[in-house]
Amino acid sequence: MSLPGYNFAYLDEQTKRMIRRALLKAVAIPGYQVPFASREMPLAYGWGTGGMQVTAAVIGPDDVLKVIDQGADDTTNAVSIRRFFALTAGVRTTERTVEATIIQTRHRIPETPLTAGQILVYQVPQPEPLRKLEPRETETRRMHALAEYGLMHVKLYEDIARHGRITLSYDYPVLVNGRHVMAPSPIPSFDNPKMHRSPALQLFGAGREKRIYAVPPYTSVESLAFEDHPFHPWKANAPCGLCGATDSYLDEVVVDDRGGRLFVCSDTDHCTTRRAAGHRGAAAGHALAGAGE
Amino acid sequence: MSDAPLLSVRELTVRFGRTLAVDRASFELWPGEVLAIVGESGSGKTSLLRAVHGDLPADGGRVQYRLDDGAPVALDALPEPMRRQLARTQWGFVHQNPRDGLRMSVSAGGNVGERLMAAGARHWGGIRAEATEWLRRVEIDPARIDDPPRTYSGGMQQRLQIARVLVTRPRLVLMDEPTGGLDVSVQARLLDLIRRLVSDLGLSVVIVTHDLAVARLLADRMLVMQGGRIVEAGLTDQVLDDPQHPYSQLLVSSVLQA
Repeated sequence: MSLPGYNFAYLDEQTKRMIRRALLKAVAIPGYQVPFASREMPLAYGWGTGGMQVTAAVIGPDDVLKVIDQGADDTTNAVSIRRFFALTAGVRTTERTVEATIIQTRHRIPETPLTAGQILVYQVPQPEPLRKLEPRETETRRMHALAEYGLMHVKLYEDIARHGRITLSYDYPVLVNGRHVMAPSPIPSFDNPKMHRSPALQLFGAGREKRIYAVPPYTSVESLAFEDHPFHPWKANAPCGLCGATDSYLDEVVVDDRGGRLFVCSDTDHCTTRRAAGHRGAAAGHALAGAGE
Repeated sequence: MSDAPLLSVRELTVRFGRTLAVDRASFELWPGEVLAIVGESGSGKTSLLRAVHGDLPADGGRVQYRLDDGAPVALDALPEPMRRQLARTQWGFVHQNPRDGLRMSVSAGGNVGERLMAAGARHWGGIRAEATEWLRRVEIDPARIDDPPRTYSGGMQQRLQIARVLVTRPRLVLMDEPTGGLDVSVQARLLDLIRRLVSDLGLSVVIVTHDLAVARLLADRMLVMQGGRIVEAGLTDQVLDDPQHPYSQLLVSSVLQA
């Protein structure tokens, strides 16, 4: 079942073949940015057009789709994209990480470890990790080609010189398969270790910048650092107010106009599952938890 | 001095469209030698230097460099990764305008450390110690290691650029008017510093300048260029005291005496 007048998953078959060719190349060279002929999508640039095109190219009628935005299943962007594919591809959608075969994500990796056979599709605003250091595309491509990545460490050096530690907390550059430096999209550095040797296939789509790249299953993904200043994933120093989790990435939410704030799991599925299993945080029952409680 | 030249340039030609910028220039640079290229604006000296460094494509001729193991390599036959690695580690280029050679938004320490990190240094403390040592050697207060170069004076920026180039202990340094745009007292101090570093590190240097005094002070040998051609070559004192070519005579006689 899909929308009459539209091809399955919105894009025409030629376009999907073009994207799949780019994806194959990306999987063959982990971390390498493959240019592709990005199409206009019925969504503004910056809202996940790259991720949507990748999802449209890999999705089949039997897939189960989950879409998250900053970890949450219930935000506007996530709801719209999920409904888009429910409408145009007629696929089953879910909010449960374990049920999904394809997870399109903006800026998070789910807390529940991914398994073999799952595909994680990232929405990427800026695929070039060296962009802020070297504005010329011709030059950055040459730097990737020759693996000249000293400049990336200059940025980290500056961080330590200024703040005493690496303060970069998101879009933290990684070295994929020991060869290409890659922008992991603006996921928190907390999520970086989850990419390392993940059994799931990770695909990255940047619609405006017209680039696709990938990390195949069980590929090494190493966060850049110095020997005497090792990589340190950043996380708020508090348990989740709703479910009490101490090992998940937290959002800080302002709850009133008197300075009250609450730390809650950014991954809503993780939090809901834990609460259903009886875990209780210090602020359990807060209105933030939704109507269910 | 060794018995084989470090750098050997043969019949190097550079064209900009119909303009002949460098016309069949040939010279040799011996280990530990400082060679000055002098001439007026537009005589092709900077083009020659950039062509030797590989920044400008040459339209003819060849540049041969002797690696540390003594093997000579033709630079145009070298694959790009190797050529760039050579330029990053064994060679250095000092620009006339320090803004071209420095990253203005990166701190002094980061600027000096960049070549180390490019060469694979991954120990922050080690990189920092090396940067501090080099700032001291070029007479910059190490307390300013975290300041960006835009807060530095012109002379300090130029010294920082030199530190950034020398940190990987290159064997060959190409300098394009390193003292241009500086006032005389700062210039004198910088020349003093360059002369000391060159002799301490045993560098081979090609220095392009329009200032004959700079050549006199630093160079062992000099080339005089006019209209893209090398019109005279010889020991510095010999060329300056007894110029043979009419253009060299004109150049020497044009210097103002204070």
